[in-house]
Amino acid sequence: MHVEDKFTAETWPAAPEKQTLEGKNKFLGFWLFLGGETVLFASLFATYLALKDKVPNAEHALAKDLFELPLVFVATMLLLTSSLTSVYAMYHMKNFNFKKMQLWLGLTVLLGLAFLLLEIYEFNHYVHEFHHTFTSSAFGSAFYTLVGFHGGHVAFGLLWIVTLMVRNAKRGLDLYNAPKFYVASLYWHFIDVVWVFIFTVVYLMGMVG
Amino acid sequence: MSTYAQKKGFGATLWDYLTTVDHKKIAILYLIAGGLFFVLGGLEAMFIRIQLAVPNNDFVSAGLYNEILTMHGTTMIFLAAMPLLFGFMNAIMPLQIGARDVAFPFVNALGFWLFFFGGIFLNLSWFLGGAPDAGWTSYASLSMASEGHGIDFYALGLQISGAGTLMGGINFLVTIINMRAPGMTYMRMPLFTWSTFVASALILFAFPPLTVGLFLLIFDRMFGSNFFDVANGGNTVIWEHLFWIFGHPEVYILVLPAFGIFSEIFATFSRKRLFGYSSMVFATVLIGFLGFMVWAHHMFTTGLGPIANAIFAVATMAIAVPTGIKIFNWLFTMWGGSIKFTTPMLYAVAFIPSFVGGGVTGVMLASAAADYQYHDSYFVVAHFHYVIVGGVVFGLLAATHFYWPKMFGTMLNEALGKITFWLFLIGFHLTFFIQHFLGLMGMPRRIFTFLPNQGLDAGNLISTIGAFFMAIATLILLINIVITSVKNEKVGNDPWEDGRTLEWAIPSPPPFYNFKQLPLVRGLDPLWIEKMEGKKGMTPAEPIGDIHMPNNSFNPFMISLGLFVAAFGALYREDYNWGVLVLIAGMGITLLSMFVRSVKDDHGFHIHKEDLLNDDDKGGKA
Amino acid sequence: MKRLAKWRMISMIAIITLLLSGCGEPFLSTLQPAGEVAKEQFDLMMLSVAIMVGVIIVVTLIFAIVVVKFRRKDDSIPKQVEGSHKLEIIWTVIPIILLLILAVPTVASTFKFADVSEMDKKNEDGKTDALVINVRANLYWWEFEYPNEEIITSQDLVVPTGQKVYFNLKASDVKHSFWIPAVGGKMDTNTDNVNRFYLQFDEQKANEAGDLFYGKCAELCGPSHALMDFKVKAISPDEFDQWVADMQSVKEPETAETPLAQQGQEVFNNSCIGCHAVTPATGAPEAARLGPNLTNFGERSRIAGVLDHTEEELKNWISDPEAYKPGNKMTNAYNTLTPEELDAVAEYLMNLKVQD
Repeated sequence: MHVEDKFTAETWPAAPEKQTLEGKNKFLGFWLFLGGETVLFASLFATYLALKDKVPNAEHALAKDLFELPLVFVATMLLLTSSLTSVYAMYHMKNFNFKKMQLWLGLTVLLGLAFLLLEIYEFNHYVHEFHHTFTSSAFGSAFYTLVGFHGGHVAFGLLWIVTLMVRNAKRGLDLYNAPKFYVASLYWHFIDVVWVFIFTVVYLMGMVG
Repeated sequence: MSTYAQKKGFGATLWDYLTTVDHKKIAILYLIAGGLFFVLGGLEAMFIRIQLAVPNNDFVSAGLYNEILTMHGTTMIFLAAMPLLFGFMNAIMPLQIGARDVAFPFVNALGFWLFFFGGIFLNLSWFLGGAPDAGWTSYASLSMASEGHGIDFYALGLQISGAGTLMGGINFLVTIINMRAPGMTYMRMPLFTWSTFVASALILFAFPPLTVGLFLLIFDRMFGSNFFDVANGGNTVIWEHLFWIFGHPEVYILVLPAFGIFSEIFATFSRKRLFGYSSMVFATVLIGFLGFMVWAHHMFTTGLGPIANAIFAVATMAIAVPTGIKIFNWLFTMWGGSIKFTTPMLYAVAFIPSFVGGGVTGVMLASAAADYQYHDSYFVVAHFHYVIVGGVVFGLLAATHFYWPKMFGTMLNEALGKITFWLFLIGFHLTFFIQHFLGLMGMPRRIFTFLPNQGLDAGNLISTIGAFFMAIATLILLINIVITSVKNEKVGNDPWEDGRTLEWAIPSPPPFYNFKQLPLVRGLDPLWIEKMEGKKGMTPAEPIGDIHMPNNSFNPFMISLGLFVAAFGALYREDYNWGVLVLIAGMGITLLSMFVRSVKDDHGFHIHKEDLLNDDDKGGKA
Repeated sequence: MKRLAKWRMISMIAIITLLLSGCGEPFLSTLQPAGEVAKEQFDLMMLSVAIMVGVIIVVTLIFAIVVVKFRRKDDSIPKQVEGSHKLEIIWTVIPIILLLILAVPTVASTFKFADVSEMDKKNEDGKTDALVINVRANLYWWEFEYPNEEIITSQDLVVPTGQKVYFNLKASDVKHSFWIPAVGGKMDTNTDNVNRFYLQFDEQKANEAGDLFYGKCAELCGPSHALMDFKVKAISPDEFDQWVADMQSVKEPETAETPLAQQGQEVFNNSCIGCHAVTPATGAPEAARLGPNLTNFGERSRIAGVLDHTEEELKNWISDPEAYKPGNKMTNAYNTLTPEELDAVAEYLMNLKVQD
């Protein structure tokens, strides 16, 4: 099968992301990349844990003063749901249903965007209510770096998925872009998994002190 | 367009190299850039040795000396040794597994340009207010205290070139996993390919901690964060951990490919298959694995406590076992063989005692309680130069001679090569052997001068004399390269006549599609098997057909250039108003180039069957 | 057989020890250990060297045979050997045994050197029975505080021989590392935390070394890292007690005796006293102790850690410290002194002595 071939729902292969050598390479390469990303976040987590609540004096807010569970819980739900919607999108991709895939991807983007806005609100809240900033203490630096790196990943993921959607809006699905959609959704899942760890390590463990 | 229609003329050639995605041309780019940085790092080394030739010398000032020693280490590790190895990996590994290119040709080019721009950025510090001066390890308290922009150049430059290295690592991994020729199972892969595989896996897991460490350094120095600011709750030991979690595997990233190169050379010039192939593979993987468990042996005196020190001491000693297995396997590869002492073989043979010297001092250093004496003394300097020069640089020099005909189609002069070898070998031992004793006699490392009457004078002078031998050897190698390139006497597929692996089955240099027909691999050392059965070349595994090739692209250059520009913005953000604009503009260039890459259709092109058949007279047989 | 191997090992260690102990100067070399810690480290060193030399001999032997015997003579193809399980087991198991021989004493010594429990045992006065010294490393100079004796000195560390001396180590600006090669391995002085370890100074070896060991900074700390030396005066316990008593007796800055020195004291009080104390009291906060304490300056062995202890060098140093220790914090911290003022200050400083 060639990348330029045209397909119908009947001829569309079961695993379109791995039909061409390019697709196979992309699939594997991206998984490996995520392995590297895992180590990256592991290092950030370790740094955060080492510097958690490390502030110059008692006037600075600590983790237990800062976090509010309802807000973070909503954010978590948004991101988890967006992971689910991207699964639906990939389901339709495999069934050669381009329109539905676009629809579900659109939903994913909206949820991701909502998450991001919530995060911006949250950061803003910490800065203005608690004077907990990137430069106020080592704790602040570590917190914003870890959570901010994740937020940056979310933003990049959104740009990426939107670019893919716009670019292929008129072209429809083929073996050239199927792997691209697939790895973008993999990336989105990864972001989600990282958030689960942030939710646990930063917020839940932060609440208990 | 493509390399398919070969154009001549300087402009066209330059454009071809600026846009190439061909692994063989990227290899040449790595070799040229890495070679230049190697010479630069070597000059810095000479300044160091001249300064230390006699006590109380004032050849360079104290501050400048620290810049030189920092740049020597950083350049040699990140900008010379690793790119040169990447050069050989790029040139040879795809040929060894019977692939037409790497898995991601575009990313391959991107990796090179990122490394290149990162390296240039780092070295521009010399002209823009001073180079970094906190050592290649750039320990946080000193790097935070360092004035000027030197450390900023270090952090940003390494960040850019590190990204390129990471991409290269992923690329090689995918290539080896997905693109092996029919019959090339894992346990038939040549050792150089195996070591490329393991080194790439190490890169994948070791570089992210460095990335994080460098980000923290960049944030602290340029954006006001407090990771290493003790007064604000920061902790400098975090840097030491992150750096060495990267730094120790980095040593194996360098030395494993060198092991691979030597394995090829031993087998080739002994006319014997590698002794204990499977245990060699096992040892390589084990060394890679253990490489991640031992980083804290660089921090025995940091005060981590006896439990951590004891654990890391024993773990470190354990690495000696697989390394020993390798040494003995090489010896027994030669045992019973028919050894021909070509230049690459000379390096390989000399590597064994030299590297064993570095290895045994490594075990001595692993003994934590005794390491309190060795740590940060010239003993350590001697140790890692024995490992890195005696292992990696010997490997690079051997590979240069060994693979030169395959890469350029002409042989380096053997007589000059042997002169280089002997001078380099003598110079190497003269320089570094005595440094063990200097360290034990109480000389700390990284000192810009030493006072007389401490018993250190004679040793330092001897060491400096040795360095000149190595400098002369390098000069002769350069002359050799020039002479060889001018003469340009073409050679055939298998110029060493004892080639065993697939790369020697195709023309030198190979056509841009490498294999007209993918070869059928029937065992370890596939070409040797065919030769022993009286055949001239490999049996093809497929009929001649169209070959799909990727298009050239200027995009990798632009993406890297954008980051290069952005780095200046980040650096001068606080000094000048235009800093922020440049930062945004640079990121814009990068993101826009990525966007173009992502949006534009790029299906590559096909070489048609008919053209391949016409190409026969050029000798593209598989 | 086993006994033979053991004898071989011991004789090898003996030979190597003999060869190496001639190396370096007794006041600086790790190969001439002058204390319990250095000795144990030296023994560990010799054990590892012996094992390693053994390994090297085996490799070299095989290497020599291979290189001589298996040169290419004709165009024949040698037998292709896959490997040998027996051999591979041998060169896996033997190294493991050798490493175990090294690992056991390594772990034992590592724990032993980290045993500073004596530092936590406080007597009724809230002090320790053991001698404790707080080392504070600064950009290119060292401060030594004796918390039990409540005195401070700088640059020349004074210690008694024959007993364990415990150290608290830290740095006040960037990371340094505290190393007295002849007496024992180093420990970093971090900016983040206090590290603790101990050393012991051997009386006889101290005599051989002229009672003065060289100390070094072993961690790159800036331009003058190479010049961040200190000296260690290892004296008998009695002499040490006397020295402590002499130091403690200095409650107020002593008035200079000669007119020139008095003039110098005046200059000193105008220009220098902001950073340099001339009483050994421990009261002032660390942040205020900007320069080395000079209480017993006249009895020190070096000026600024590296220059000869003469009036001439002292004047050179004060008139242009940057020329001798680039990047130091003293440069430009005071107004330029006239030649007369220099003479006077030098006279005053050289006469700052506590022992009469």
